[in-house]
Order: sequence, then structure tokens, then C-alpha cells
Amino acid sequence: MTGKGEILPLRASEDVVIVRQRVRALAAQEGLKLVDQTKIVTAASELARNTVIYGRDGTALLEAVEAGGRRGVRLTFEDRGPGIADLQLAMKDGYTTGGGLGLGLSGSKRLCNEFEIESKVGVGTRVTITRWR
Amino acid sequence: MSVLQQVLANKEAEVLSAWIAEQASDRTLQKGGSKSDALKEQSAELLGALREGVQQGNGEDIQAPGWTRTREILTDISAHLIKRGLTPAEVATFVFSLKRPLFQLVQTATAKTPEVLANELWTTNQLLDRLGLFITEVALESREKTISRQQTEMLELSTPVVKLWDGILALPLIGTLDSERTQIVMENLLQEIVRTGAGLAIIDITGVPTVDTLVAQHLLKTVAAARLMGAECIISGIRPQIASTIVHLGVDLGDVSTKATLADAFAVALRKLHLMVARMPHSGTSTE
Ligand SMILES: Nc1ncnc2c1ncn2[C@@H]1O[C@H](COP(=O)(O)OP(=O)(O)OP(=O)(O)O)[C@@H](O)[C@H]1O
Ligand SMILES: [Mg+2]
Repeated sequence: MTGKGEILPLRASEDVVIVRQRVRALAAQEGLKLVDQTKIVTAASELARNTVIYGRDGTALLEAVEAGGRRGVRLTFEDRGPGIADLQLAMKDGYTTGGGLGLGLSGSKRLCNEFEIESKVGVGTRVTITRWR
Repeated sequence: MSVLQQVLANKEAEVLSAWIAEQASDRTLQKGGSKSDALKEQSAELLGALREGVQQGNGEDIQAPGWTRTREILTDISAHLIKRGLTPAEVATFVFSLKRPLFQLVQTATAKTPEVLANELWTTNQLLDRLGLFITEVALESREKTISRQQTEMLELSTPVVKLWDGILALPLIGTLDSERTQIVMENLLQEIVRTGAGLAIIDITGVPTVDTLVAQHLLKTVAAARLMGAECIISGIRPQIASTIVHLGVDLGDVSTKATLADAFAVALRKLHLMVARMPHSGTSTE
């Protein structure tokens, strides 16, 4: 697996806009179809905003990846916020502590091929998603 | 005391006037305003800071505390030149234009000791190269920031509520809906609904690149509020890839009516008001 990454800061809502733009450009460059581009950009928007709202000192890592002759886009959102105590609960449709729709985490999982979440209370949260071509 | 140190301490005025003349004759720096007082003042300040930096020693590490003032002034100058349209490489010529005047004075001061001369020229050259690199990096960084800010601003929502027909309003949303302004735009629509007594409002999202939960929530809230005021909303401009994404995301648009295009939504709105669009009967001579 090869990766060539770009790291972007996630501190304010403008940063979410920039992450979406960069993800869209990368997904297009990697040859994802328009609908798949839209899906990963939307998932990126959700996770980037979670990082800005709930996390602290957040970053997004954007990588082009290749495995078994397939190309794709992998995104890693990382923060040093309060972490999530109950991951199962946070992943439930409709669960929100921020007055949202509570669909960001569960929805972005459905929008991608691979979804991984790690979180430790008091340490931070990391979400990695991949969308293959 | 190094020769460079002596030159900067004793011949500051001479260096400055030679440097300013050098800047004035440089085409690139002319574009940067080399004949203006602002740049002359900054040049004088920079020479002062350089003198202090060289006095405190290490010219090899310009990140050292002794060079703080120099770095600050270079950062200001970079911002000034970038604003005047210079590229980062052109910004660097500002620092490099100091080479000739400094070299000449160093040379004069060491005319009798050629072995010292070579050494002094080398360290002076090294120092100016480092400062040149530094200002290039600063310029690159500030330019990137400007570009990304401009891109973000371009994507800001710009949105008037328009009246399509008596009783039919449209809100063509264009741009991103992340900022606080989205709230204002939506409230504008609600106010217009009240002011005009319109019973139908079309919210067109053709120009919204990404529809995520935040956008969906804004839309749902607006539709609900409009309904309370007796107006029905139609959401139009839902492209196929957006429709599929909304479904995967799990957003339930419930009983909100949606249409692919603004034209479709307008047709629906007209029908609801029992209006129809008809072709005009032919005026003039018949062609049938
Ligand atoms: N990076 C994070 N750090 C800490 N808590 C988080 C993080 N991301 C999500 N959470 C928690 O998980 C909950 C669910 O997140 P999710 O994105 O699914 O919904 P939401 O952000 O509340 O609403 P929306 O539908 O607008 O995204 C959040 O309300 C928050 O409590
Ligand atoms: Mg969320």
C-alpha cells in the first residue's frame, strides 16, 4: 500500500470548506466516479465538522492509496479532544449531544467502503475512512 | 569584530543610499514600489536590524533570537511586496539587491588583506542567501493563505430571495452553507414569506456543492418554520449524486416535496396556485 499524504488543520468551520475542496480534488484525481466523489466529500464534511466541533487540535490527513491494483482515497481525522465514552452509542443513527441530526458518524460509515474509529476518553478521537474506485 | 560588522556599524548611511539606488534601478523592485518612502523606511529598518543581528554573532542560524527583529521586518516587507503583486521569487530579489552594495563596501574595507576579503565575502554571501530563502518562504506561505481565503470567500453564500410570481418565492442557494450567514439567509426567506404573504417558496440547491447533515438540518428547519407561517416549501436542484448521498447519509426529508430542477418546482408551484402557462395564439398571418 502506498500513500502520499497532505495534512490539513481543522480548527474552524472555514477549514471544513478547505478539506472538502481538497478531498474533491484528490478523489477526482484518483479517478473516482462523480457519485463516489460526492460520497467521500460528504463523509469528509461530516467527520471534519465533528473534529472542529467536538475535538481540539484537529487535523485531516488526505492520502491516495493503492491495494491489489485498486486505487482509492483514504482520509484520517484526528483530534485531541475529550474522546467518545460510548462508541456504540455515538454510532447510532440519531444520537447527538450537539443538537445535530446525529447522522454524521453512522452516515459517513455508510458512505464509504471502510470505516474505522478509535477513541479514548481524555485523549482524543481518530476516524479513518477509505473509498475505493 | 568582523568586517561585515564594521561596515554595518560605521557605513550604514553609505550602504543604505547605495542599496536604495540599486533597488530603484531594478525593474522588479520598481513594481514593488522601490521609489516609495515606505520601502525606503523598511530598508533602513532592516539594515539596523541586520547590524544588531551580526553583532550578536551567529549569522549561520537566522532562527536564533538575535535575528528576531530581522525576521519580523522581512515578514512585513514580504507582505508589502506580495500585496503589490510580486511573486515569492521576485520578493527575494529585494534581499539579493543588497548584495552588490554590501560586497563593494566589504571589499573596500579589506582591500589590503585579500585573504580576509575572500572569507568575508563568503560569509556575507551566505547570510544574504539565508535571508533571501527566508523571505521567499514567508512570501510563499502568505500567498497560499491569501489564495485559500479567497477561495473560501468565493464559496460564501450570496443569496437574494426572488419573487417568481405572485405568491411564489425562490431562494437560489449558491455556495457553502457552513457559515453563520446561512442562518441569516434562511431567516430572510421567512421574513419575505411574511412580508409578501407568499404561499409557496422554492429553495433551490443546484449551487450547493455538498449536502451533508448540517445543510439538511438547515433545510428541514426552514421548511418547518415556513410551514408554521402557512407557506409550503419545495426543494429543487437535487442532482442524482446528491440524492443518492442523502439516502446513504440517512437523512429523512419526510414529506418535503423535492424536484430535480427549479423549472420543475416552478411548474408544480403554478399548478398549486391553479395557474397555467399557455402558448400565445398566433398574431399576424397564419402559417398553417
Ligand atoms: N471527534 C469527536 N470527539 C468527541 N465526540 C465526538 C466526536 N465526533 C462525534 N462525537 C460525538 O458523537 C456524537 C454523534 O456524532 P454524529 O456526527 O453522528 O452526530 P452530530 O455531530 O451530533 O450531528 P450531525 O448529524 O450534524 O453530524 C456527537 O454528538 C458527539 O457527542
Ligand atoms: Mg456530526
